Amino acid sequence: MKKVLLVLFVLTILLTGVTQAQDTVQLVIESWRNDDLTIWEDTILPVFEAQYPNIDVVFSPTAPTEYNAALNAKLEGGTAGDLITCRPFDVSLGLFDAGYLASLNDLAGMENFGDVAKSAWITDDGSDVFCVPMASVIHGFIYNADIFAELGLEEPTTVSEFYAVLDAIKASGMYTPLVMGTNDQWEAATMGYQNIGPNYWKGEEGRLGLIDGTAKYNEGGFLQAFEALAAWQPYLGDGYQAQTYADSQNAFTLGLGAIYPAGSWDISVFRANADFELGAFKPPVPDGQEDCYISDHTDIAMGMNAGTEHPEEAQTFLTWMTSPEFATLYSNALPGFFSLSNAQIEIDDPIAAEFVGWRNECASTIRSSYQILSRGEPNNETDLWAASANVLNLAQTPQEAADTVQSGLEQWYEPQMGS
Amino acid sequence: MARARTPLGSTLQLVAAHAALLIYTVIALVPIVLIVLNSFKTRNAIFRTPYAFPDSDTFSLVGYETVFSRGSFPQYFANSVIVTVGALLLIFIAGTMAAHALAEYKFPGNGVMGLYLALGIMVPIRLGTVSILRLVVNLKLVDTLTALILVYTAMGLPLAVFVLSQFMRQIPRDLKDAARVDGASEYRVYWMTLPLIRPALGTVMVFNMIPIWNDLWFPLILAPSDANKTVTLGAQTFLGQFVNDYNAVLSSLTLSALPVVILYILFSRQLIRGLTSGAVK
Amino acid sequence: MPSSRKPFPFHIIVFLAPAVIIYTLFMIYPLLDSLRLSMFTADAGGQEVFVGLQNYQRLFTDPLWQPRILGALRNNFVFFGIHMLVQNPLALFLATLLSSRFIRGRTIYRSLIFTPSVLSIVLIAFIWRLILSPIFGKALFAPLGITLPPLLGEPATALPTLGLISVWQWVGVPMMLFVAALIGIPDELVEASRVDGATGWDVFWRIKLPLILPTVGIVGVLTFVGNFNAFDLIYTSQTALANPAFATDLLGTLFYRTFFGFQLQLGSPTMGATVAGVMFLIILLGVMIYLFTWQRRLLKNAVEM
Repeated sequence: MKKVLLVLFVLTILLTGVTQAQDTVQLVIESWRNDDLTIWEDTILPVFEAQYPNIDVVFSPTAPTEYNAALNAKLEGGTAGDLITCRPFDVSLGLFDAGYLASLNDLAGMENFGDVAKSAWITDDGSDVFCVPMASVIHGFIYNADIFAELGLEEPTTVSEFYAVLDAIKASGMYTPLVMGTNDQWEAATMGYQNIGPNYWKGEEGRLGLIDGTAKYNEGGFLQAFEALAAWQPYLGDGYQAQTYADSQNAFTLGLGAIYPAGSWDISVFRANADFELGAFKPPVPDGQEDCYISDHTDIAMGMNAGTEHPEEAQTFLTWMTSPEFATLYSNALPGFFSLSNAQIEIDDPIAAEFVGWRNECASTIRSSYQILSRGEPNNETDLWAASANVLNLAQTPQEAADTVQSGLEQWYEPQMGS
Repeated sequence: MARARTPLGSTLQLVAAHAALLIYTVIALVPIVLIVLNSFKTRNAIFRTPYAFPDSDTFSLVGYETVFSRGSFPQYFANSVIVTVGALLLIFIAGTMAAHALAEYKFPGNGVMGLYLALGIMVPIRLGTVSILRLVVNLKLVDTLTALILVYTAMGLPLAVFVLSQFMRQIPRDLKDAARVDGASEYRVYWMTLPLIRPALGTVMVFNMIPIWNDLWFPLILAPSDANKTVTLGAQTFLGQFVNDYNAVLSSLTLSALPVVILYILFSRQLIRGLTSGAVK
Repeated sequence: MPSSRKPFPFHIIVFLAPAVIIYTLFMIYPLLDSLRLSMFTADAGGQEVFVGLQNYQRLFTDPLWQPRILGALRNNFVFFGIHMLVQNPLALFLATLLSSRFIRGRTIYRSLIFTPSVLSIVLIAFIWRLILSPIFGKALFAPLGITLPPLLGEPATALPTLGLISVWQWVGVPMMLFVAALIGIPDELVEASRVDGATGWDVFWRIKLPLILPTVGIVGVLTFVGNFNAFDLIYTSQTALANPAFATDLLGTLFYRTFFGFQLQLGSPTMGATVAGVMFLIILLGVMIYLFTWQRRLLKNAVEM
């Protein structure tokens, strides 16, 4: 046995020695977009590498739920990749303040982005930009059009129509009305609470109210959003408590469920796996409400690891990412990620085009917990995950969940204290 | 079982015993078999007929194609072999030397040294992770297989030294003393004892091999880049990346498990002998 | 002694050096340094300043930390309890059958039952996650007429389920140790008691069990150390957040989260070291209790016998 192992040992040393002789510089991208791996490798990166043959870029994603922890571990240990995909606002700001992200003020091409696009990756005083904005994502609902046709259903626009559709699907007994699980927590918070919430808290008005202390999670629109989310419980599939995000994606693409509370980034996954017609509708408005609001969240950007050994090559790649060429390539390779570039881009995918079309009909806002409110402990985003999952698991009433989130905020956030 | 002496009772009890063992064996194996079985089927067949063997309609290798085109499993496998073999070699060299010193010579502090080296048997090395990471960064060993080899060596040494020194004490002295009379150096004497401790060595290697091969914690923290991933971390990452592709998930599970299971089947006699021989008495 | 021939036994140092250096540098030093770090905290400028036991106090009294550390402690004891109540009795039962000379094919059974123990916990976690998932699991259990409850998604059932998965994987190890101990019992002892008319049950309780008590103790303490150090299964199956709602949080996952941070939150090496310090104390305490009660009583009995 020892001899066998020794032979294997020598063999592997020889093998690895052979593969390492190369002149090109290798850049590694850290990302949480594991769903996009094949698109980066097959579509996006080859275009760059054809223009810059001396730079080899590797897309190395981690699962979304582990990305921040894994990235922090790698940064702490100095093993992180050269390019780091940036979450918006406080997380990336924290990385910049800790010296892990380089300032990109002087990066050629940054002028291709407006202030709104850059707002999620800039210091509070506006002095440093540290990530190249890539895309925003929009929430809404994607449905299985074959099931809708079979059951004779139409896209709902108001909340009562929405429940009528859900009731009809449930009554058919053949399909799960709403495909969503609470196991991963963020699914409930992001696809649920932040998806339908803006209609209740009036988008930016409510979100900025939380920041200046005039709005609270346990009253008004923010509480109503929890109540609306709780009403979904009867329509979720069997065992939704143990259903992971991947389970949800599988259940929907296998045709087991009718409506999928979505982020626009799901479109590309569904295009690849679903063998039925897709449709989409925006978050239904409460009955009698005129205005509609959507979550159009500045979600993703790319920064440079301050400790990279190849800063020049990394900047070359980032500058390429500011180009209209990249914006077009990215938006169409990944329908559902809407470029933040000033360049005008045609979107080919009809569902993605429908999502982005809602920008013209409704007012846009970003997720309530991302800007400023996730800087302290307890972390507002973490609290929202738990609260949304608890409400759907019947572990807390909407009021209790909202109270928990609010009291968490009051523990450290000045404008919310003692009011 | 115990009363299986009288012919009548024995038959009944034997049947009951075999039934119990058989049931548990099935429980132990069915989950693994199900994964392997379904990895060779199309996505729809996985969900429609999970228990069926793949037939001409449902047979598919699409998962394996994904694994081979997207994952670097041969690389991960090579890394795991380097780390495991490297650590085992170091444990073998350093462990037998230290055990020899403890077993063979009387010197002041022998007992204390033995106790010091045995501390690590009970204290998990993971608890020092915060400082191990800093140490590895300072030594410029971060994201190298060397870091993993050294950490696993430190992890394996305490038990190795303990078991080997116990065993070495039982080796008859005549042989060694005879060699000394012939003028052999102490290093030569050490070299001579090595062939005699083979049974204990097997136990030590087996005890260290499985935990090192299967560890997720240190590869995740000390060597996470794609070039240095071990099979365990590689599988974990791959499964995370392709979590919504059932074919790829099942295939990569099968591929990661198969080498270990094959090795296990080949060496299970030695392994089990190692586990059940005097290692823990 | 041969070594006393020379004034300075240089070769002893040569023999000891490699092991002592590697072991001290990568195990003892990090453990001590980690304990030291647990008494420091990073100030605003990122400098580490000494704060004594304040981190520990914070861990156990701060309203943010207290529920986490107490929850992880409680869960860890439940996890340990499941192993002690299910894994080890099951292992002993199987070992009793497998050590009998009358069971044909016992080596085959032994090898097969041990198989899950050679697989990585990562694979085990994914395998069970799939089997118990509401999508694939539903397809698996529906033909058997079973509606699968969301075992890994309910706070009440998630931890026991993971405990049983862990038992499923590891039962082979204590089983092997028990088999080794049972085989070591001299046949004459069993034969003699048989002649006295003892039943199989009696033989087990009065002869075999007392004789393998040292192994029982070792299995207990190994289970304890392993369980209070567990991480991989929860991390892979339930993520570092120990879903649902921290119901499966063990000290190992808490340690990882504290050290490396999670979601929108950055980690803290010093608080991580503090959690590791608590784990260290618990494991030390467990091992001490084992050494000073179980082992001592065994030694006393041995002397009396």
